[in-house]
Amino acid sequence: MIDRRLLTSFDWILAGLVLTICLLGILNIYSASIPYKTVGMSYYLKQFYWMLFGIAISLTVCSRDYHVLEDISYWFYGVLVLLLIAVLVIGRRSMGATRWLNLGFFNIQPSELMKIVIIVTFARFFNNFHSVGNLTVKDVLIPLSLLALPVALIMKQPDLGTATLVALIALSMVMYVGLRWYTIVTFVCVAIPMAWLGWAFVFRPYQKNRVLDFLDPERSRLGSGYHIIQSKIAVGSGGLTGKGFAKGTQSQLRFLPEQHTDFAFSVFAEEWGFIGCLLLIAIYFMLILWGLNIANRCNDRFGGLLAIGVTAMFFWHIIINMGMVMGMFPVVGVPLPFFSYGGTSMITSMVGIGLLQNISMRRFIF
Amino acid sequence: MKESRFARESVDSKQRVMMLSFVVAIAFLLLVTRLWHLQILNAENYHSMSEKNRLRFVPVAASRGTILDRAGKVLVSNRPSFSLAVIPQEVKDEEALLTLLSTLLGLDRTEMADRWKKGSNRARYYPIVLASNITRDQVEIVEENRLRLPGIEIEMKPVREYTSKTHAAHLLGYIGEVSEKELDLEAFEGYNYGDYVGKNGIERALENELHGDDGGRQLEVDARGRILRTISESSPTVGNSVILTIDSAIQKEAEIAFGDQAGAAVAMDVTTGEILAFVSNPGFEPALFSGKLPADIWQGYLDDIRHPLQNKALSGQYPPGSTFKAITALAGLHDGAIDETTLVNCDGSHTVGGSKFNCWNNRGHGKTNLHKSLRESCDVFYYQLAEKLGVNKIAAAAHAFKLGAPLGVELLNEKSGLIPTTEWKQKRFGKKWYYGETLPVAIGQGAVTMTPIQLASMTATIANEGTIFRPHLVKRIVDADGNTLKETKTEIIGSASFSKESFRLVKLGMLAVVHEPGGTGAKARVYDVKVAGKTGTSQVVRMRDGKNSSKYQYRDHALFVAFAPFEKPEIAVAVVVEHGEHGGSAAAPIAGRIIRAYVDGKKAPRKATSGSSKEDEDEDDDVDSEESSIPAVVKEPRSNGAAPP
Repeated sequence: MIDRRLLTSFDWILAGLVLTICLLGILNIYSASIPYKTVGMSYYLKQFYWMLFGIAISLTVCSRDYHVLEDISYWFYGVLVLLLIAVLVIGRRSMGATRWLNLGFFNIQPSELMKIVIIVTFARFFNNFHSVGNLTVKDVLIPLSLLALPVALIMKQPDLGTATLVALIALSMVMYVGLRWYTIVTFVCVAIPMAWLGWAFVFRPYQKNRVLDFLDPERSRLGSGYHIIQSKIAVGSGGLTGKGFAKGTQSQLRFLPEQHTDFAFSVFAEEWGFIGCLLLIAIYFMLILWGLNIANRCNDRFGGLLAIGVTAMFFWHIIINMGMVMGMFPVVGVPLPFFSYGGTSMITSMVGIGLLQNISMRRFIF
Repeated sequence: MKESRFARESVDSKQRVMMLSFVVAIAFLLLVTRLWHLQILNAENYHSMSEKNRLRFVPVAASRGTILDRAGKVLVSNRPSFSLAVIPQEVKDEEALLTLLSTLLGLDRTEMADRWKKGSNRARYYPIVLASNITRDQVEIVEENRLRLPGIEIEMKPVREYTSKTHAAHLLGYIGEVSEKELDLEAFEGYNYGDYVGKNGIERALENELHGDDGGRQLEVDARGRILRTISESSPTVGNSVILTIDSAIQKEAEIAFGDQAGAAVAMDVTTGEILAFVSNPGFEPALFSGKLPADIWQGYLDDIRHPLQNKALSGQYPPGSTFKAITALAGLHDGAIDETTLVNCDGSHTVGGSKFNCWNNRGHGKTNLHKSLRESCDVFYYQLAEKLGVNKIAAAAHAFKLGAPLGVELLNEKSGLIPTTEWKQKRFGKKWYYGETLPVAIGQGAVTMTPIQLASMTATIANEGTIFRPHLVKRIVDADGNTLKETKTEIIGSASFSKESFRLVKLGMLAVVHEPGGTGAKARVYDVKVAGKTGTSQVVRMRDGKNSSKYQYRDHALFVAFAPFEKPEIAVAVVVEHGEHGGSAAAPIAGRIIRAYVDGKKAPRKATSGSSKEDEDEDDDVDSEESSIPAVVKEPRSNGAAPP
């Protein structure tokens, strides 16, 4: 099944970059979770096991040729949409949103898996498409419908962050395939009134608040604007060299919200400073460039599209999470891949890496 | 065909990947720029913000110094006050807790609930006071039931205790939270909002000594406001104690002697300028002012026609009336306008330029010399003298006594009184001095005003024949261990240089006021001690109108100044009874009782007393005063100066 050729072409650079980020992440989670008393296993250890589990999944994903996905991609899509509906009907509520589905032995978050499935679905769709490079409005109506259904279901949970991510990933792929100019212009013209309608009728008050808080953090110093202010203070107070490992006052004294998950980067920034952040950002930058490189080297369109989709997924997570932590974006629940604590995020990201590895390993086969 | 399309497309996609790499690079560059902005350009700013998050400075107020009288009797001290506070974030069931508290401690449940509600919009983990001034028993009950009362705290802070309520209220003053205006003053540099400072009296004047140095603790807190550890700590230094020149037995006697009457009295040591008694009546309760003063009591003080909040001894400016005749007489003797033998015929009035000036005795005093003029307070004698002297010579004599300017007692806002001159009138009103205006000045009316301190100082200077000491209230300042830090030295601020003979004549006249038949101040007599004095009755409304005079506000002020013993003067006293009508009947008895208390105190020197025995002594004083020669009705001092007049 796995022949020797595949092993020799294993992408060590990709694996090395991911492993480095994972280990930095675990170190950071260790520091971030010091002030929190945990029942049972501590967060950093859990994250370590999630990483091992993720690596196993990643290897499983790359063990079989990615072309098998072509045949079953729409099935995946169908199942996922059903699961998203199921979430809305019988999902588990937590923190004012219904995102989780209890499968008896463990909980899954179908919206998270949708990020991968939309990549596979779009790759499948555009693989056999007649006009590539200059898509018309009509050309993109079907893929946009394929996108709109799950995005609407995720928004309904409500989970603005994931919905945005899924949409951004899909749209990135569409852009990669290539649009005509007038197609772009048409969409912009449609998008602006749509956004207005969305703001008026679809956004929940808490979502609107987050956007407004972002635009003016002072408007609720102790409300949701608090997160943005405290996170900026944490990042800024790190200075050039940081306050030292496990010595960040903002994190250790719990001024940061969600500091081991979504705001893990602000803990890191406070303790490691500009130099540490530069290193981490550089590693992420290399990961993205390497993902693009894998897409570039791939000899078939399906693989190229898959690689672009996965890379786009990482890219948007990184940009939105770091931007949020540094006060450039509103607070949305977007984790930093491999770095934030969380099993679901780890698994989704590792599936993505598995796909990239798969494509990278098999570039010589065709 | 298919092959070529894929190749072309592959070239296209390579271009696109290049473009995407470019976009990605720009996006990451933006992240790094933002990071640079936060961590390099604004690092200091954010660092101080993170420190502010983390650190809390909790000041620990220094215990204020005590204030004692000259014998060491404590007048103002501190006692611990306990209050019941709650940290709402630590309470699960507010209703149950309130019910438990009210049953355990017998506190009003609705009031506590009210305070809780009012305080709940404060910062998190900030204790809300539910009940202040709870008893030690209640504190013990709370301690015993600690486990059943989560979130409940007992707070302790020292509060000012004035050992005998209204006693010497104006002299001691009160404390209160520092105001915004005061924070701008140089005197309050280094003070913070919420600090308690002296507002007036000794508390204000010696604020720097009494306050002590506040300490503080720098604490590290977490996001929820919980204290994690103390980073640094400095313990407060107790304020210094102030030992006053006041003899609280004399002070007390004077206050009792005033009864319900409004007025002021100052008793001074003739040989040093030490103030032995400093009374302004009615008093108030200084202790009430350090907390939130109940509105009805405040309104009561404001509505009281006798102005209990005014420090009359320090800032009351009264026409000295006939007490001023001593000055006029000295001016006359000095000038040679009169001598011992000068005789004036008093027929009840004196007419100058068509204006008739009445003597208080409209039947007239007949043939009057200097001695008789003082003894019987003949006005006509001084009208005629005034004509010879002119206002400026009278003023010169007054100025020789340092009148017309503050004498420099330690308290703030000492008033200057007024000694009119022709120059003063020109400056003040731009008008010429009229001849006739000199006549009222000679008998201490018209524009002349003096404070009770000045009256006492003037009397002391006459008694010691010319030496003017700075009147002072502070004897010593000692630290918490009793070591003397400062001792007020007797300070001579001037001398009234009149001849010995002049002083002798005036003093003999003043002795006659009290001890000779026909003297106006007989009621100041004290058994076995010779008292010399001078009565004064000063008009409040210039042209006395029979209809008005019955109304309290229009009645004359009664004054009496005295010194004793005559042979070797030790104490000088000035008494002003507002609207008391006649110096001889209203003010002289009070002066007599003050001198009595002084003489008695000298016979049986008081020891420094502890709180328990002080009541007994006060009662002794009362008994003594009953035995004294003045059969005045002794009224208990009211516990509260705000009672309606």
